[in-house]
Amino acid sequence: MNIYKYASPAMFYPIAGKLIPWFAIPAALLFATGLFVGFFIAPTDFQQGDAYRIIFIHVPAAWMGMFLYVLMAIYAGIGWAFNARLSSMMASSLAITGAMFTAISLITGAFWGKPTWGTWWVWDARMTSTLILLFLYIGFISLQAAIDDARRADRAGAVLALVGVINVPIIYFSVQWWNTLHQGATIRLLQKPTIRGSMLAALLIMLAACWLYSVAVVLIRLRCIILEREQSASRFAEVGV
Amino acid sequence: MLRWIVWRDLMLAWRRRADMLSTVFFFVIVVSLFPLGIGPETQLLRTIAPGVVWVAALLASMLSLGRLFANDYQDGTLEQLLLTPQPLFLVVLGKTFAHWIVAELPLVLIAPLVGVQFDLSRETLWILFLSLLVGTPVLSLIGSVGAALTLGLRGGGVLISLLVLPLYIPALIFGAGAVEASVMGTSPSAHLSLLGAFAIVSLLFSPWATAAALRISLE
Repeated sequence: MNIYKYASPAMFYPIAGKLIPWFAIPAALLFATGLFVGFFIAPTDFQQGDAYRIIFIHVPAAWMGMFLYVLMAIYAGIGWAFNARLSSMMASSLAITGAMFTAISLITGAFWGKPTWGTWWVWDARMTSTLILLFLYIGFISLQAAIDDARRADRAGAVLALVGVINVPIIYFSVQWWNTLHQGATIRLLQKPTIRGSMLAALLIMLAACWLYSVAVVLIRLRCIILEREQSASRFAEVGV
Repeated sequence: MLRWIVWRDLMLAWRRRADMLSTVFFFVIVVSLFPLGIGPETQLLRTIAPGVVWVAALLASMLSLGRLFANDYQDGTLEQLLLTPQPLFLVVLGKTFAHWIVAELPLVLIAPLVGVQFDLSRETLWILFLSLLVGTPVLSLIGSVGAALTLGLRGGGVLISLLVLPLYIPALIFGAGAVEASVMGTSPSAHLSLLGAFAIVSLLFSPWATAAALRISLE
């Protein structure tokens, strides 16, 4: 069997449709389990009380936001280098999910910061670099939105994503350094109390749920993009596969 | 080839001196607005000066970046340049260098004068000049990628700032950091070295990225 034939958007369209439930349903189940374990089973933190429980949303979202940017750049790069349309479409559909997770991690971070630090926003190195990551996502999405020609949009996005990926570590370290220069002691997110087994379990379950959710949503969005761009694929939609 | 491109762009810029001057005046006006908005306390002004001057330099370069390729694109010169047998990154490098001379160098030269408004010491003014001298090439280099990507797009001017400003952040941090260190009385050399390193990295990568972006935009 030649797997490369699935690189054709028209071939991938029905496969994606079949795959979506396999990711969406486990994602929903894991979200429910993870939230249950996180909110009801994991013990209350002796320093932060129950406020810390937002970690179960905050941390997986932050990880996903960072990871999806790299993944997006890889897909965009492959799409550009090998002229693979599907790969570029994948990058475009990843961008929005990544931006969403980054935004969620910023918002939940603010919700967490208010009760524990007493302020919505601190110019902490991690928060600042997450904010910049969100800016990079916004740049990518708005560049692609401004270009009408799909091919040019894919490639321009690829150049931007790759430049961004080279820049992300530099930005991260510069922000971290800037931060330590500005404020004497940075606030530690976790005071390193030994993380309890059930907390870790909830965290990992939520991470897996976020993963599966991302795959499902990205596939759905990918199908929409294929329908938009590929005339031939719309036939598959009419048949109802 | 490189020299020819630089010379040509400088000539073109000289014939349109008003464009160049408007960027400089924008820089001066933006910097002068801050004391008006914040208040004339000398101590406060001295602390915010590094950031203010640097941010104003970033914004001023946003104004000029749109012109980097736009005029050549409109009259078709850019396509001809793409067809030349010389490697495209040389063309890009030449144009970026010319852009730096035309749009950024005046800012570097006038920055110490603007810094006097903020009551910076002579030593700090010198560091301000130095940090801008090392840092502004980064603005031209990274900015050229954004300029090439947004070539001929509607709303290109706003779009370019969305793309490029986040990428400028390391330059801003190290550049303003050097001046700030000097204000605080510590050595700015670490910041300046890092800024220089960032400039070298962007010199290595961005001409290629810009060349690729130009090919994409002109397809």
